[in-house]
Amino acid sequence: MTDFVETLAFYVERGKVNKDAPYPPDLRGQEGVDELVKKALSQGVDPDTILKGCILGMQRIGEKFGQNKVFVPDLLMAAKAMNTAMVHLKPFFISGTVKRKGTFVIGTVSGDLHDIGKNLVAMVVEGNGWEVVDLGVDVQVEKFVDAVKSHPGCAVGLSALLTTTMVNMEKAIKAIKQFSPETPVIVGGAPVTQTFADQIGADGYSPDPQGAVQFLTRVFETN
Amino acid sequence: MKRFQQLAISNAQDLIFGKAPHPVVTRRGLVIGGGKVYPEINFTLPPMEINDRTFPNILEMYKAIVEDICKRALDLYVDGFVVEFETLMEMTKNPHYAIELTSAMNDILEKYYAQHGLKTALRITPNDLREFLRPPILRSGEFWEKMLETFAGCAKAGAEMLSIESTGGKEIHDAALLMCHIREVLFALTVLGVRDMTFLWEHIVEIASQSGTFAGGDTACGFGNTAMILAERRHIPKVFSSVVRTISAVRSLVAYEQGAIGPGKDCGYENVFLKAITGLPMSMEGKSAACAHLSSVGNVASAACDLWSNESIENIKLLGGMAPTICFEQLVYDCRLMNQALKTGTDSVLKSLFVQSDTGLDPQAFVLSPEMAIPIAKIIVESPTPYLAGKNVALFTIERIREALQQNQLHIEEREIAYLNLMEEQLSGLPEEESRFIELMLPSIDPAKCRIEEYGL
Repeated sequence: MTDFVETLAFYVERGKVNKDAPYPPDLRGQEGVDELVKKALSQGVDPDTILKGCILGMQRIGEKFGQNKVFVPDLLMAAKAMNTAMVHLKPFFISGTVKRKGTFVIGTVSGDLHDIGKNLVAMVVEGNGWEVVDLGVDVQVEKFVDAVKSHPGCAVGLSALLTTTMVNMEKAIKAIKQFSPETPVIVGGAPVTQTFADQIGADGYSPDPQGAVQFLTRVFETN
Repeated sequence: MKRFQQLAISNAQDLIFGKAPHPVVTRRGLVIGGGKVYPEINFTLPPMEINDRTFPNILEMYKAIVEDICKRALDLYVDGFVVEFETLMEMTKNPHYAIELTSAMNDILEKYYAQHGLKTALRITPNDLREFLRPPILRSGEFWEKMLETFAGCAKAGAEMLSIESTGGKEIHDAALLMCHIREVLFALTVLGVRDMTFLWEHIVEIASQSGTFAGGDTACGFGNTAMILAERRHIPKVFSSVVRTISAVRSLVAYEQGAIGPGKDCGYENVFLKAITGLPMSMEGKSAACAHLSSVGNVASAACDLWSNESIENIKLLGGMAPTICFEQLVYDCRLMNQALKTGTDSVLKSLFVQSDTGLDPQAFVLSPEMAIPIAKIIVESPTPYLAGKNVALFTIERIREALQQNQLHIEEREIAYLNLMEEQLSGLPEEESRFIELMLPSIDPAKCRIEEYGL
């Protein structure tokens, strides 16, 4: 089984979606995640094992990304390969046979339209095994609170890129904590610092996606 | 719509800071591109809300910033400069904020002109609010109306140059950047972007004409600069960002084809190509804009500038004083050096140092050298359609980067080379005709992300 996990992890990491996929060029013509997972399920491989292989592959590419060894397209292709596996695992998620590590609600705060950084965080977090609820950009405080209501036990990520919108993070945190004091909230974005995060009552700050994963691992393990 | 069919500056030697074939003369007598480089200062608020309660404080802050800069200008014997007022979202959503701030800042500039002969101009850059709606509605609606109201109101209140960082095409371009899909980049910039710019700049030029102000210019900030920042963080390859930059010139050119007369806006690093094409003065930014963002083009960006900008700085207190004034002083010394070189006939030497100190270290700097800018500009004017101009420029950029690598004139990371091949592969199969390219691309456009009809398609 270790061999299967390693093989699947390799194909996820390399972003090899299926046999017809032209990417990555050196694996052209070879089977990909799609074929591998289909075959594994038909042979009775435990869905949890499949999920484990996917997460391992995403963790590896995520680490390389954090070390500047790969570019975002490599990360995106790995995520695409993982999502291919997730399509096959969907019935098992619905039935509860396999579970995600938790739910992460993320959004760019009110008045701010920047979403590239937020999208990268969402992708890396999802690839590491969490369910991600992306609320988009210019998200009003009420929408964050509604999402926390709809996803009990979730963690929240707030993003801002402007000095005049980062102040809206504090409002969002206050409203979230008022409804659910135990909900962990992490903040990030170009003008945001650890000091600012502390001042506004955030539970965490990260300058990069990997930091968000570490934060979630910490808070979900503690809980 | 005017089509530039030949270059205003056709050799690299003449593409130089401080000199533009068609200078702009402002109402307070500032001659931009007429043989001297002037600072263009821009600033933003520290973390704070913008609302009716905070606005009186904001107004006082903006007035104090401009007053302090004017005083420093006199202390440093500066005879002229430009203030760029790049509004914050709430100020464009509520144009009365932007208009009142414009009026207040212009009063101060007018006072210093009357009392000290300080030649200044105020540039207004409203936000492109249209992307608040996803997918954006580009040609009508409340956000569109507010933008036009901000332009017109600020022009009436004393702003003399009208600029914007428009975002048409960005909804496709963002994802294309992250995937390094050069075909989608090409589509976003030369098909969608060009169409939106054509529509948008017709209106801005009309407002300028009615108010007796200058339609300044647009930038590919949300495109080329997003690519540059992503490359700076090693999220995408620098060679990819370099090609995005050169294609982006095709999009930004449309403002001038529609009647903008400069000075081009600071964060348009593609302005070097546009100056060669139009002969209009350009604002540029580089090393002295590190307060706003990092880049690898700090010196080369000044090689052909007419205004030299800091991009933006938060209004905070530093040891030397308030940050905008400090930034202004840095720009003043940069300009002094360039102006002394112009005065003593050593400008070509200084320009050459600006270029050579950057271009071997990063492909993004390499493509901005005047030696690259002239052939790129030539390809753009000689191509029959914006699409083909973008495609040809992209292929040329890739070819020249390869040559420079082979000749050891340029350094890139090994892992970047694969992306040169990838881009070439994606571009090489494309048709010559724009209509066929559009047919090819349209099926891949997700209507949930982009309203294609907003581009007249």
